[in-house]
Amino acid sequence: MADVALRKVVKRYDDVEAVRGIDLDIADHEFIVLVGPSGCGKSTTLRMIAGLEDISDGDIMIGGDVVNDVPPKDRDIAMVFQNYALYPHMTVAENMSFGLRLKHYPKAEIKARVTEAARLLDITDLIDRKPKQLSGGQRQRVAMGRAIVRNPKVFLFDEPLSNLDAKLRVQMRIEIKKVHQKVRTTTVYVTHDQVEAMTLADRVVVMNKGKIEQIGTPNELYHKPATRFVAGFIGSPAMNFIPCRLEDAGGTLQIRLTDRIAFALPPARAARYNALPRTDKLLLGLRPEHLTESHAHLGPGVETFETVLDVTEPMGMETLVYFGLEGTPICGRVDPNAGAKDGAPMRLAMDLNNMHLLNEATGVVL
Amino acid sequence: MSTLAIDKAGPSRKIKYGSMSRDRTWALRWSYFFLVLFAIFFLTPPIYMLITSLKSSAEISAATNPWWVFHPTLSNYVELLSSNQFLRFFWNSSIVSIVVVIITMLISIPAAFALARMKFWGSATLATGVFLTYLIPDSLLFIPLFKVLGMVQDITGITLLNRWYVLLFIYPTLTVPFCTWIMIGYFASIPKELDEAALIDGASWLQTLTRIFIPVALPGLIAATIFAFTVSWAQFLYPLVFTTSVDQLVLPVGITTTLIKGDVFNWGQIMTGALLGAAPPLIIYAFLMDYYIAGLTAGATKG
Repeated sequence: MADVALRKVVKRYDDVEAVRGIDLDIADHEFIVLVGPSGCGKSTTLRMIAGLEDISDGDIMIGGDVVNDVPPKDRDIAMVFQNYALYPHMTVAENMSFGLRLKHYPKAEIKARVTEAARLLDITDLIDRKPKQLSGGQRQRVAMGRAIVRNPKVFLFDEPLSNLDAKLRVQMRIEIKKVHQKVRTTTVYVTHDQVEAMTLADRVVVMNKGKIEQIGTPNELYHKPATRFVAGFIGSPAMNFIPCRLEDAGGTLQIRLTDRIAFALPPARAARYNALPRTDKLLLGLRPEHLTESHAHLGPGVETFETVLDVTEPMGMETLVYFGLEGTPICGRVDPNAGAKDGAPMRLAMDLNNMHLLNEATGVVL
Repeated sequence: MSTLAIDKAGPSRKIKYGSMSRDRTWALRWSYFFLVLFAIFFLTPPIYMLITSLKSSAEISAATNPWWVFHPTLSNYVELLSSNQFLRFFWNSSIVSIVVVIITMLISIPAAFALARMKFWGSATLATGVFLTYLIPDSLLFIPLFKVLGMVQDITGITLLNRWYVLLFIYPTLTVPFCTWIMIGYFASIPKELDEAALIDGASWLQTLTRIFIPVALPGLIAATIFAFTVSWAQFLYPLVFTTSVDQLVLPVGITTTLIKGDVFNWGQIMTGALLGAAPPLIIYAFLMDYYIAGLTAGATKG
């Protein structure tokens, strides 16, 4: 086991910079998830750590040693691929032991390690089967088993659950977490699914356009996003962004959303935003759960307004309501018993204690 | 009205499976019609050969029904199989074909692997170039090749011309490009993640080739083997040009040069020799056909 460090790592394909100078420190035993949309450079970063892609610039260190020119087999890493990449002509046991056999481990040790990994992953009964006789979830377990038996310094996962159906994905997500709790190997996991990222990671690295947008624990990213991209990417349904501006009204700072709607900011928020120029074009960032039905006992900093709902989506434990505010589509989460109906007027409450204010031009959360 | 509707529905229920399966039935009928037609077309010559091979020379030259044997005899078979000359042709053909297959595979497999997987400067152009060399007909190549081998013989002093083993150098010019080309296709269809997984597992390129690619691409390898063997076995022009002494001849040239004496055609033995000569490829096809069709890549990746 080892820590991993990336120093100003760049990957260029001809004229295109896929990864643009990444710095990242991954502690020993840590579970790091790289998340971002397609083409953000997350898989390329992982493949550079694996040694499957050359580095155009910068350094990658595993356990303190620069591994830029070390071939994959000497980096002491194990990788799980999206499409499993099992050797089709070998049995499960042969697949798992292939790396050990290449390194001429004693037979008894190979057997012990395969048995232990199979037990850990609950695939003991499948050990003599060929990959084509296995279901998708079982194949993914074997792929993980192949990584575990090697007892590497670092596990690399490249979107391992993307090929599984939704139910199995949730199940395997928990399995991966359990395995990491037992094995404690430093793990770098790539996914485009923010739910996977949030549920698995010790720390999440949000990437966009070849750069790191923000690194933080799942809670930090959710509650204190640094940029509009992170704020919009993490959380489902996504955060609402409502064009707004600040104005002074009778000694209090208020936020104006439309000609008719303006709310006084809670004191803590007012103090924080008071220094901002009043002319800036801003965005109010508000998660759907902070936009709920209005009721009698609203706390301080919660403001109500009347709107007409466009569409409602009953989810069972909650109902999602969609409406527009001067052309901006907005989503809220209300109680299923609050009487939200398609096309009906409804009074909603906006919890400004949990608001974010963003600069529209730079996308920075203020 | 309602009775009328029911009456109408009555007869239509006789067609149980709907129009889709009616189309299918007709498609099947046409398929069988053409299959039978082709079977007749392609099986007529071998059947004619078999019939002729069972006749004596006298019966062949007599104007009897060519499609019927009145006095069946195995004398043609006995004579050929007890003739050292024929066995010599058979032996030459076998050794040449087997060695050519081995040489071809030893060159084609690593070449195809390198061209399909190791991305190096010019690899794509080289792959196309390999195929283009196959397109040059042997009728264009045999004279320059003869000159080249003659020069090699003069320089080294090693006798090459009019020796069966000269064919071991010549046949691969036909088999290697094509086999490399089809192997490139098979190797390219193997998911990239498979060799990456092997690479991370600690395999060298050679180990990846021998322990992953060759077993996974076995159907392709067998297809290439069959091709190389068939080409070597049936090659006529090159052995005709490069070998002349009777003891150096391979089967196709041997049969035509020794069993046709001037304008005397020993039809019974020619047909017998041709039939016996067709047997080895047939046997190989029969044994390897299952492998040829089976897809071994199933289960490697998703789906």
